[in-house]
This record gives sequence, structure tokens and C-alpha cells, in this order.
Amino acid sequence: MLTEPGRTWDVLVLGGGNAALCAAIAAREAGASVLMLECAPPVYRGGNSRHTRNMRTMHDGPLEVLTDAYPEEEYWQDLLKVTGGLTDERLARMTIRGTASHVPWMKRHGVRFQAPLGGTLHLSRTNAFFLGGGKALVNAYYRAAAALGVSIAYDTEVVDLAFEGPRLAAVTVEHGGERRALRARAVVVAAGGFESNLEWLREAWGPPAENFIVRGTPYNRGRVLKLLLAAGARPVSDATQGHCVAIDARSPRYDGGIVTRVDAVSLGIVVNRDAQRFYDEGEDFWPKRYAIWGRLVAAQPGQIGYALIDAKAMGRFMPPVFPPERAPSLRELAGKLGLDPDALEATVARFNAAVRPGTFDHTVQDDCRTEGLEPPKTHWARALDTPPYYAYPLRPGITFTYLGVAVDEKARMQLDNGKPAANVWAAGEIMAGNILGKGYLAGIGLAIGTTFGRIAGEEAAAHALA
Amino acid sequence: MRSPEPTTLPELVAEAQRVLAICNACRYCEGYCPVFPALQRRLEFPAADVHYLANLCHNCGSCLYACQYAPPHEFHVDFPRLLAQVRARTWADYAWPGFLARAFASGGLAASLATAAGLVLVLLAAILASDASALTKAWTDSQGAFYAALPHGAMVAVFAPVFAFALLALGIGVARFWTRLGERGADLVSAPAAAPALGDALSLRHLDGGGEGCTWPDDRPSFARRTFHHLTFYGFVLCFAATATATIYHYALGRHAPYPFWSPPVLLGTAGGLGLVAGPLGLAWLKRRRDPQLADPAQRGMEAGLLALLFLSGATGLGLLALRESAAMGAMLVAHLGVVLALFATMPYGKFVHGFYRLAALARYHLERRRPAASVAPD
Repeated sequence: MLTEPGRTWDVLVLGGGNAALCAAIAAREAGASVLMLECAPPVYRGGNSRHTRNMRTMHDGPLEVLTDAYPEEEYWQDLLKVTGGLTDERLARMTIRGTASHVPWMKRHGVRFQAPLGGTLHLSRTNAFFLGGGKALVNAYYRAAAALGVSIAYDTEVVDLAFEGPRLAAVTVEHGGERRALRARAVVVAAGGFESNLEWLREAWGPPAENFIVRGTPYNRGRVLKLLLAAGARPVSDATQGHCVAIDARSPRYDGGIVTRVDAVSLGIVVNRDAQRFYDEGEDFWPKRYAIWGRLVAAQPGQIGYALIDAKAMGRFMPPVFPPERAPSLRELAGKLGLDPDALEATVARFNAAVRPGTFDHTVQDDCRTEGLEPPKTHWARALDTPPYYAYPLRPGITFTYLGVAVDEKARMQLDNGKPAANVWAAGEIMAGNILGKGYLAGIGLAIGTTFGRIAGEEAAAHALA
Repeated sequence: MRSPEPTTLPELVAEAQRVLAICNACRYCEGYCPVFPALQRRLEFPAADVHYLANLCHNCGSCLYACQYAPPHEFHVDFPRLLAQVRARTWADYAWPGFLARAFASGGLAASLATAAGLVLVLLAAILASDASALTKAWTDSQGAFYAALPHGAMVAVFAPVFAFALLALGIGVARFWTRLGERGADLVSAPAAAPALGDALSLRHLDGGGEGCTWPDDRPSFARRTFHHLTFYGFVLCFAATATATIYHYALGRHAPYPFWSPPVLLGTAGGLGLVAGPLGLAWLKRRRDPQLADPAQRGMEAGLLALLFLSGATGLGLLALRESAAMGAMLVAHLGVVLALFATMPYGKFVHGFYRLAALARYHLERRRPAASVAPD
């Protein structure tokens, strides 16, 4: 593959995750010769898609494993709400409409679906779950791509992009310590964001980035994104925007994935290292709020928080991967966490005193709330009074970043001079910021990647074969 | 997090508890097989439950390839192999009498020794009951072929105790497992547990990787393993049925072997024999190509031993049918009976037990499904 020096490929796909695979398969099915460049080794192939589990899917009636209906307008309103308007309606609606046709396409290429997972019934109407999760999806696509005759180069990192005006003339890659220039009539960039590039995160966030944990793949270092922006691609969103959740502070520095989440927040209180509360833990259902807590914790001193619950809450949330700190009294718990015991006792005493009587029901927005407390806890507020007490330490967990390159509705990359690139299309996380300027909606990443991956592959192939 | 290379049952259970906590927090594999819904009912995993989950696992491998935490990830979730390791050690742990459990770890040695012993025993029985020259003569069917070489009474005297002991030992092992799970004996054979469990076992429903075939011997879904397992299992069942039918013929109808080719015992035995030849060959071929990451290398001998005994039972049975009126009949008869004797003698102390423990685990699964789950993560 890499050892055919004179060869000009019809389509080069930079990346190896869901969007890249969709593009490679679509381009190959359109008749193009395709080479995919994955910077990871085979066992870590697939970028962040390895960690995904579902795709938010529009449907007008029960579809496959999806119940009821999830019409375009509702999907759009959900997106509009989380992004606060930082989205491109045309591209967003295109993505939403695209999802309806993806399910049969995905099945045709070996992806299988299953009913929503335990603990995720709230998504049974909106999100189609992959049997085995994202890595199984990625494996199925790699099998399909190989069967179609897509060439795949692993451990191959893009190190330079040579533009001649609006045209990407050559892609230089490094493989096994050697550099080679590859030529192609069309190029699809689907190489993800930069969430595992700590230097870039520091540039964007300053010193707090030192305490970020990268929840996703360690391979999304953003090299292609950086080269494109340097070459004059028009940026979208900004470097501080991304999907950032509060995860267990004991998680590995990279690649902890889904299991590092802590779902106990709405059942108790969260304090910072000064043992002070800082946000309404009961603002809304956890699935609707988990995505804001990464940024909330990132804004605290030392970028650390502690989710505290008492015995009443145990067993009411998805079991996290690490066992909680546990103590018979708040003082002892504070000692274990390295918090000021007096301050923690005072915070909990204030909270307990502010809790109004109500009927606790975690399945609805109940009437258990605080009164006269700042910040308030507006639902599911119950006094922390039943030992043992438990704590999960929290840190910001970067899942993926939104800074990307602008595209049009044909997935063609746009340049800063207002013109489209001549032969470059973009798909997946590297252009998700067009649609997701901020906030997050579960399963939207796969929706964007699949829609734009398929379009980019088809468009790139059509260009190459014209 | 992970202790260096766990090997004993308590070490492996501790490692499984670590891994199960990861699986319980992830849940991506829920659709593959009953192991995941069963583990998701729990917040904690006492040793007996780990034994149960290990025996519920069919080692289809789908979850390994789907796992984002599989080695080389630092979480080192090596789930199918880990459960296979736990599983084999639970069999040794529950085996009765305990000292014979050493056979589980002896690799193919137990099967080879048992075969040799079986051959000697059958040979001795033949010589003592009639005389050695009867084994080397050609007998016609009308002369009673087999019983001319080895009288029926001697055959029963050798086989009945071994068979009865094997049943007893298997029964005690499974009963210990069941009791340790905290279940009542009567529930094991109750309709809501036994009927669906038997249905699962007879159809190998869960050897399907969630619908597309299990990832065996590599990451491509395939039904090859289920097919060869079916050939082996139903081959064994047909051979067993042939023997049972022949027993009825012998005692109830007074009709003595050898039976004509088109008689039910011979037809059943022939079909069964073909299954026992083709099935184990296919399974051995798949095992050779199996992804090493799925296998517990310590069990290779035990697996090979069972496959060899099953294959040889089928092959010698077919050979006996073909040569029963030749001078080679005596040798074939000794070989066939010797191998079958070895198969039954090693039954409670080798890979064969997996079927019984699996059946019990499936029965537990179906019992448990009817009970309310512990409070885990309401939506």
C-alpha cells in the first residue's frame, strides 16, 4: 500500500474511526480505489468510535430496536437546546434526516443493533444501540472495508499536507520511522480532534488542563486538524469547546471510556476541595445534565470535586468502576479525601438544614428541594444523614473536542478565503463543531460521523472518477 | 490493579471480581449472552456467583473482540479466558472424591492412562471370562460375534460399576455447585428452571455471539463451532440411545447382539458414530486455529483428551461394525470397549463435565430471571 511510490489513489482517507470507515466504504462502493490511514496500531484502531455505543436516530415510527417515534423537529429542538443556538441549522437538519437511512446501511455493512442497555432505558426512543458497542461496530466496518477492497495502513501518521492553492497535492505520512509522500485525486479528512494532545489543551485552557483526564483514545492528537488550520482551512467552534464530563479522578490518564463515569451526582451533593458546594446537583435528570459537569469541575480550584452520598443512595445509580471512599462519619470521610473536616461538616449541616420535606422519587423531577440555600438543590434533595457515607472524587474528563474545519452540505472543506477546498472533504469529529458549537447530545457524534462520512466518501469518489 | 498472573481459584476469583466491576459499569456486551444480564443484576460478586457466571459463559469470544478494555488496555479485561480459567478450577473444586480432581490439571495424561487401563481391563475380562484365543478368531453374526469373544455378563460386570460411579461423581459435583449458589435442590429440576435450560443446551442457543455466530476461531462471526459441537453432542446422544435400545432388546425382548444393520440399535449407533468422528475432528481443527487470546493454555490437554476419547469411541465403533465378522473383531471390540470405558471413567474429571455445570448454570439463570433484581440503576 505505502510501498507503491508512483501510485495515485482515487481517494485517501485520513483517519480510522467511524467517519473514516463510512467514507472509505462509500467511496469504494462508488468505484474508487481507497487507501485509509490509521495512526493507531490495529488493536487501538477506531479512534473514539471504539468507546461509543449508540447513534441518535430520527424515526417516524418504531424502527429496528427503537421504540415509538423521534421526529426531525424534536431532534432539532433537542440539538438547538444543548447548543444554545451554536449550530448550523442546514447541516444539522441534514444530519438528522440522514440518520433515518443509516440503520439499514449500517446493517448491510455488518453492524448489528440491540435493545437499549441496562441503565439506559431513557434512550430507547432516541438512540439505536450497537450490539457489543462501538468497538464491535468498528470491527464490522473494518471487515466490510477489507472485503470491498479498501486498503488500510495502520501505524501511519500524517505529518504534512502540501496544498497547491485550494488543492491538496500530497499527503506525507510517517510509518515505521520512514516518511513517504502519497498522492490522491481526492482526500477525506476524518482524523478526529485534539483531545489527547495535552500541549494543545494547555494552550486552550491554561494550567487547569494539567488536571484533565482524556476519556477517549490517546491517538487523537489533532495533527491533521492543526495542519489543515495552518494551511488555511476555515475554523469552526473554538479550542475550549468539547464534550467534557465529570469522571472518576482515579481514572487512567487516557482511554478510560464509559466505565469512568460517576452517576451519583443527582443523588447527593458535590463539593470542591474547599468542601463547598458550587452548583445545583438536582437541576435536571442526570442523563440531561452529565455533560455540563466536566466544565463545572474544570472551573473549581485544582479541578477536583467530590460527589458525596449516604447509604440511602447506594444501588440507585449505575455502579462506577472504582469503589467509593467510605466512612462511618463525615469527619472521617473528609479525612480520607483530604478535605477540611469542619468545613465539610458545616457544608453538609447547612445543606441538611435547607432540605424541605418532600416525596423522593428519582424517576420524576420530585419535590425534594432546598430552601434558602445558595446554590440550591432543586430536586432529589435529601439530608445526608445515614451512614456510611460515600465519596467519588471527580475530575474533568475530555471525551472529544469541537474545534474543527468548516464544511458545506456536501461535506467539502471550506477555506478561510471563503472558497471551498478543491479536493478535500471532512467528516466526523474534525468537523462536528459545525453542528455542535457547544453542549452535547448523547449519540450525536455517531450521527454526524456517519452522515458526513458517507457523503464525504461519495463526493470524494465522484470527484476522483469524474 | 491486577495481581500478577493469577493461577489459583481464589486468585482467579479475585481477578474476576475486579473485571466484573468493569463489565458492570460498561454493559456494552449485554446483548451477547446471559452472562451480562446475570452480572448486571448484582452490585457485588461473591465467590459462588463468580463460579456461576464462569459456568454460564460459553466462551463464544464475542465480548473479547468487542471489549474496549481488552489487553493491551491497562484495565486488562481478558474476560472469556478468565472465566474459562475460573470454570475449569471450579470443576476441580467441586469434584468428588477430591483427590481425583488432580486429573483436571493433568492434561491429556488422565485420558491416556484411563484408556490404557480400560484396554487392559476389558482384555483381562475377556481372557478371564472366556479365553484369549476367542479374541483372535473370526466369528459370524449367527455365532453371536461379540459375546463369543467377551460374554455379556463380563461386559456388564466391567461397565456397570464404572458407569454408576461416573454418574454418582458427576451428580455430587453438580449438587455441591448448586448448593454453594444457595439454591434448593428441588429448584434445579423444577420446570421453570430445567425446561428452558435444557432447551438452551440442546439448541446451544447461546453459542451464537448474539445472533450472527460466535467469533470462533477468530474475530469473524461463524456457526462452525456450534455445528461441530452439535455433531459431537448428538453423536454421543445417538450412541447412548443405541446402547439403551440394545439393552431393551437384550433384556426385554430377549434379542441378543449382534443386530442387523437396519435394526434401530445399529442405525442409531452408526449415525452417532459418524457424528462422533466428524464433530471432534471439526472441533479439534477449530481449536488449532483458535485465537490464543481466547484460550486457557492449561486446559489444552484436558480438551484434547476428551476430543480424542470421543473420536476414538466413534471410530472404533464404526470399525467394529465393519469388521464384526472378521478375525479383527476381537481386537476392535477390546479397543472400542476400552476407549468407551475410559470415556466414562474420566467423565467426572475432565472437560466432559462442562455440559452438566453449564446446564445447572442455565437453570440458575432462568430461576433468577423470575426474581426481582437487586436495586441497580433504575432509569
